Amino acid sequence: MPVQLFAALASVALLGVVIELIRARKLRERYAILWLATAGVILVFAVWRSGLHELSKGLGIAYPPNALFALAMLFVIVLLLHYSTVISKLSDRSTTLTQRLALMEERLRELEGQPKQVPQLRDVNRRP
Amino acid sequence: MTHAVALIAEDARRDTPRCLAIVPAYNEEATIAEVVFEVLDFDPDFQVLVVDDGSSDATAACAEAAGARVLRLPLNLGIGGAVQAGYMYALDRGYDIAVQVDGDGQHDAAELGRLLEPVLAGQADLAIGTRFSGIREYRAPLARRVGIGLFATLVSLRVRQRMTDTTSGFRAVNRRGIRLFAVDYPHDYPEVESVVTAARGNLRVCEVPVFMRPRAAGRSSITTFRSLYYVVKVLLALFVGLFPRQPLVTDE
Repeated sequence: MPVQLFAALASVALLGVVIELIRARKLRERYAILWLATAGVILVFAVWRSGLHELSKGLGIAYPPNALFALAMLFVIVLLLHYSTVISKLSDRSTTLTQRLALMEERLRELEGQPKQVPQLRDVNRRP
Repeated sequence: MTHAVALIAEDARRDTPRCLAIVPAYNEEATIAEVVFEVLDFDPDFQVLVVDDGSSDATAACAEAAGARVLRLPLNLGIGGAVQAGYMYALDRGYDIAVQVDGDGQHDAAELGRLLEPVLAGQADLAIGTRFSGIREYRAPLARRVGIGLFATLVSLRVRQRMTDTTSGFRAVNRRGIRLFAVDYPHDYPEVESVVTAARGNLRVCEVPVFMRPRAAGRSSITTFRSLYYVVKVLLALFVGLFPRQPLVTDE
């Protein structure tokens, strides 16, 4: 079945690319795991024909390769959702860093400016 | 010196509360100096902190020249992130009271006295200056008034207290409020949500009717183009806020 052959080749290629990215330190293991699982599961069902037939029968899908697509789609959705959470976390962190940086710059400016300023009596006595 | 004596000495030294005015500003060079002057006119003992939210104009320089301290955010965070930076500053420097005044000049600093009253009297932890519950009526466009009314109704239900205008950014908080908002403040369009944040943090919230001016210069951060996102985002935040959430931990 050519669809399954294509799926098998594609998932093998995906596995290869992901492993190479990890090796080249362009992808952290933590984020690669979902990709490896996706490629792995698709590879398994692309090769293991009776398994795919059982799966599609169980899901009530008449044409087995569609079960393969549905499975791939499910994994992609999970991946995307995972990345949305990662982006949210990164943006929260960059917000905190931006705020802290501004606070430190202000403090630095204050400390650098202090030696030049002569304390004024008026300021000291301002509050009774 | 025993602890108690030290505390009394501390109290004596600081019989007047230290107040910080947080002024978030994004490209407000035309109005920012006037806002700073107005706050200092109201009370020269106020420290004015302008949070320059990554402006591309001379907002920071104008604010500094007018006598304010300036936090320069290297990136534009939006009003929520800018205001929170102000609360972080207030917490770091141990201020007792913080007020929030918009940098566009629509809040009249002369009304700060009225706004501060319930907070200084210890009746509320967060006071919100509203334009609807009295005094001269503020005429907002219809769509906007409908939105404000909808948010007010939903927030009132959520916090079990009647609120008339939760979109106002004219606010005063005491130390409890500073402590909460420094670690937990909503993003994007924070005003409505922060009322819920306050209620969740067990702050006592009250509304104070004040006079507000129409915008002197610049444009509202809420353009028609973004208003749909604004409404949906706030509604989603309010809806999700209905579910109990684990207490916020500053860092995972």
